[in-house]
Amino acid sequence: MLIFDQSRTGRRAQAQSPKRAAQIDIARNLLREDDLLLPAVSEMDVVRHYTRLSQQNFSIDTHFYPLGSCTMKYNPRACNALAMLPGFVGRHPLAPAKTGQAFLSFMHELQTMLCEVTGMKAVSLAPMAGAQGEFAGVAMIRAYHESRGDSGRSEIIVPDAAHGTNPATATMCGYKVREVPTDGDGNVDLAALSAVVGPQTAGLMLTNPSTLGVFERTIEQIRQVVHNAGGLLYYDGANLNAILGRVRPGDMGFDVIHMNLHKTFSTPHGGGGPGAGPVGVNERLKPFLPVPIVERVEDAYVMIDEVQRPQTIGRLSAFMGNPGVLLRAYVYARMLGREGMRRVADFATLNANYLMAKLRRFGFELAYPERRASHEFIVTLQALKSETGVTAMDFAKRLLDKGFHAPTTYFPLLVPECLLIEPTETESKQTLDAFAAAMKEILDEARTQPELVRQAPHAMPVRRLDDVRAARQLDLRWMAT
Amino acid sequence: MSIPAELKYTDTHEWVRKEADGSVSVGITHHAQDLLGDLVYVENPQVGREVNKGEECGVVESVKAASDIYAPVTGRVVAVNNELADAPERINQDAYDAWMFRLQPTEPREYEMLLDAAGYGALVESQEH
Repeated sequence: MLIFDQSRTGRRAQAQSPKRAAQIDIARNLLREDDLLLPAVSEMDVVRHYTRLSQQNFSIDTHFYPLGSCTMKYNPRACNALAMLPGFVGRHPLAPAKTGQAFLSFMHELQTMLCEVTGMKAVSLAPMAGAQGEFAGVAMIRAYHESRGDSGRSEIIVPDAAHGTNPATATMCGYKVREVPTDGDGNVDLAALSAVVGPQTAGLMLTNPSTLGVFERTIEQIRQVVHNAGGLLYYDGANLNAILGRVRPGDMGFDVIHMNLHKTFSTPHGGGGPGAGPVGVNERLKPFLPVPIVERVEDAYVMIDEVQRPQTIGRLSAFMGNPGVLLRAYVYARMLGREGMRRVADFATLNANYLMAKLRRFGFELAYPERRASHEFIVTLQALKSETGVTAMDFAKRLLDKGFHAPTTYFPLLVPECLLIEPTETESKQTLDAFAAAMKEILDEARTQPELVRQAPHAMPVRRLDDVRAARQLDLRWMAT
Repeated sequence: MSIPAELKYTDTHEWVRKEADGSVSVGITHHAQDLLGDLVYVENPQVGREVNKGEECGVVESVKAASDIYAPVTGRVVAVNNELADAPERINQDAYDAWMFRLQPTEPREYEMLLDAAGYGALVESQEH
């Protein structure tokens, strides 16, 4: 029920009501005559309404959230507390650099730490989200080729296992998308890649480990094939968590990368933002980085812009990224330190492999049984669907009843009836065991009472939603009557 | 599984029917709609567009995924089924009745080289392990 539906004429929150009219100097003909359309409710109505909504939330603060390829890990409270210090919150984005040296020094350190952990030569914090980071990355690839007068490069190669954002980004940047298939072990098909590269290749966008939850074993050969054709290598940082501090995209030969700080660096995630998608580049792409960038000049930190970087792809927003999110990531990185970052990858990988082995023992079919998981893995319910009629979607809905957020369903598209499961490093063995036990219970239910699973969820505030109607007749408006 | 014997097929799950006027109708197979689930959106190519065999020329989107449609043969788009814009569910209801677009082929041999029902059936079988 919307708060507007609880409105009763004349009711109001007395304590919050203004006691006298404000003194305003606005011409009478510019003032509105009718009242603002606000719900007429009491203070207690408001408190109950929003408390109830928050209780209906399925979130990382309340539930295990093994949403594959999304890295839904715990957000340490310290990051939030420090980023909310009044000096940060109150800082105006147009305040002169000399009054914000502390803030700028943290941003400079964050740039440096991200360079170090990824093996890139320079980083810009400007992108406001992962998708904007991707856009900036491919825009730099285009700017690089154009700066060399190399204008015939019209194609970006994307593996068929990629996130949908990759072909979308390439298209946004004016490129034609060329898809390459995956081989039986989940690697990019090297022969197919060799066959499609050429003088028209601007670059390859690759996620490593891939969305299939496996490390691209032939990354060295992939790099050679693309570089020999004059193309650049783009690293999609979606799965950076799996290799953080252990393997560096720069060392693998990538020319440009984006990172999702809301995934790997534990800033709040979901709900549409705000996000942070910094981009890192090697030496040859440095001139094209989006501005502003923080630099240290003698003893002072300054924002550099189009004047110092005439070849920049430009600005992505009015200012520099989402500072509150960048600060949280900075605190997170400082708390972990160099050793801590290595442990992120170690435990993310250990947790994924533990859970994978346990589910396999319970009778689940793995999409790539011969491969070790990176930080996530894929279960396919294709055989279960043939046997019982229970689909991956039914399974996901039933997990909600058991107190777990569903894993990613039906992605990657290559694997039928799949669940993409990513536990992250922040979950304990007890939580993983409880999740595995719930999965086993549902597997048993699918065989003994399939209707129970097919009708799930039973214990949520709403039952099964009509996805088709929601997609075709999307209605997000409320109209006053 | 429903794979009509009189149609031709592609390995990207389009079906192709030869019409009396020499054009070919194109849709997606029953198996394809089954994998995609309930369709919510169909995008067809413009009438008059020239397409090469294998070129992307449409999109079907379901509650699970969006999927490109590829031209099964080289030719010119001579008609599109506009009914699908408002009623994509027709593809779920009867995939072989709900044609998406018609092509006037320029390379008649390409049609002959498409998969027959047995060949497509074997492909589906192999993809289901």
